[in-house]
Amino acid sequence: MSALGGAAGSFVGLPASFMAPGTSSFADFLSAHQPDLLPSSRVTGLGSAADLAPHGTTIVAATFSGGVVMAGDRRATMGNIIAQRDIEKVFPADEYSCVGIAGTAGLAVEMVRLFQTELEHYEKIEGSTLSMDGKSNRLAALIRGNLGLAMQGLAVVPLFAGFDLDAGIGRIFSYDVTGGRYEETAFHSVGSGSLFARGSLKKLYRDDLSADATVQAVVEALYDAADDDSATGGPDVTRRIFPVVQVITADGGHRMADEDVATIADRVIDGRMRRPDGPAAELEGPRR
Amino acid sequence: MSMPGMYVTPEQMMKDRADFARKGIARGRSVIAVQYADGVLFVSENPSQALHKVSEIYDRIAFAAVGRYNEFENLRIAGVRLADMRGYAYDRRDVTGRALANAYAQTLGTIFSSGGEKPYEVELFVAEIGDAVGGDQLYRLTYDGQVADEQGFAVMGGAADVVAAYLQERYVPGADLAAALRLAVAALGHSDSADRVVPDEDLEVAVLDRTRTQPRKFKRIRGQQLTGLLGLRGPEQPDGPHDEDSDAGRGAEAIPADDVSDPTDLAGGGVPPLENPLTGEPSGPSGPDDATQVIPPVGPATPPPAPPA
Repeated sequence: MSALGGAAGSFVGLPASFMAPGTSSFADFLSAHQPDLLPSSRVTGLGSAADLAPHGTTIVAATFSGGVVMAGDRRATMGNIIAQRDIEKVFPADEYSCVGIAGTAGLAVEMVRLFQTELEHYEKIEGSTLSMDGKSNRLAALIRGNLGLAMQGLAVVPLFAGFDLDAGIGRIFSYDVTGGRYEETAFHSVGSGSLFARGSLKKLYRDDLSADATVQAVVEALYDAADDDSATGGPDVTRRIFPVVQVITADGGHRMADEDVATIADRVIDGRMRRPDGPAAELEGPRR
Repeated sequence: MSMPGMYVTPEQMMKDRADFARKGIARGRSVIAVQYADGVLFVSENPSQALHKVSEIYDRIAFAAVGRYNEFENLRIAGVRLADMRGYAYDRRDVTGRALANAYAQTLGTIFSSGGEKPYEVELFVAEIGDAVGGDQLYRLTYDGQVADEQGFAVMGGAADVVAAYLQERYVPGADLAAALRLAVAALGHSDSADRVVPDEDLEVAVLDRTRTQPRKFKRIRGQQLTGLLGLRGPEQPDGPHDEDSDAGRGAEAIPADDVSDPTDLAGGGVPPLENPLTGEPSGPSGPDDATQVIPPVGPATPPPAPPA
């Protein structure tokens, strides 16, 4: 059978492996039936491939009382070059979760597509959705499969967030290149500008913020990341390119409309005009 | 299957296989697919909450089936794999109902005409919705791999003829969801002798609804939404026990009493085992009166009660 014989030929019956009872995981099915379609099955030459492909940069996520927010800047870089100004790095994974990616952009986007298909496939075959922990573990397995490429500089580091319907809260998971999975409380950030974003959020985040205020806090954090990290893009006021923001609550997730993000970004920029370092955090104790 | 040395004409063999498949399909309750203003509606009387007859395949494609559950479930999973594989390898828009219907037709046709396997006792609908009513497609696939392009509505399963005749008289194209649903449910309850009201909880209802904002247009309608759409319908009357109810979940056949004198009779019955199952010691002629006899006889003496209809 040709490489895509089963999938592509309109007039070909269903191959035997399609009818075989077995897994409800799409990635497992793919690795048995057509492993060349898996992102982790790339064979590269020796040496580092890190400078060959664009890299995505900063992703920020924060929880609020009714859900979770994730935002990503729009820049992809190749060395000192800005490879793309309006790349999207935050994607819905399914109705109640989203995934943001830092690292090698091409591989990461492919991995997100596989992860999205994985979740939907399970849902259709089993008639029920995976638990939040189940989803985050599946993503860990996909990242683990990529370790060989990560060692050649093609690392993919996602940030996963979603609303846990059983627990009734927003949850955030971070990963390392070996597939390690870590649950984060309150907020987290990955990518080259993540140190600055995390420092910013540390001062701005409060757990009683509303959804809109949380969005503003993560946009401030991305602004601070862009301020100090050359690979992170700030709000592009001339081209009207603003961060991608996903908001997930018990009613499901949606991408915040560009106009709404623009309004918040304009407000942030307005504040920075007066105070370039951003909102000041209060000091404890009596003022001098 | 032919006896050795007996010639069976190909015509006769195909006819036997077709009769066999048709008989299996006729044992089940009907499934109706109706095109309405916003897409395609599927309605079936299915008392089981767990085993679905109607399911999602992809963004705009749904699947419905009657017949043997394990066989159509196999086809459904294969369809989901095919669709997800294509959508992943190419793009979501490249997954079409036509390609899926063709794949099913090839598979069913091959199984039907190959001498070895028994034919599948299933009939399928594959539906796909477009951006407008004109783009909606409804395919019917039969056990032998024939594909038919249906218009307006289609029925398959046990009482398909009666239900289809009822729909034929009353179907109006372009109805809204509530009207189409009420018509389909009334048709399901219709029979030559009398009409009955199918209980809400026995209905499996799903739509491909192009007005949904999500890319995945398949949606199940149940609970309050279903009751609300159906409105007041008079006293409900569940269907009686049906042949298909006994297909799954049926316990073992009643075990006949053990004939102790026959060494080849291995069936456990009302007679206790000869040795104590705990200690392995012979329990002696006293048998059940022995105080150490704590294990009850193996196997039920009467068949287990039939699963609720």
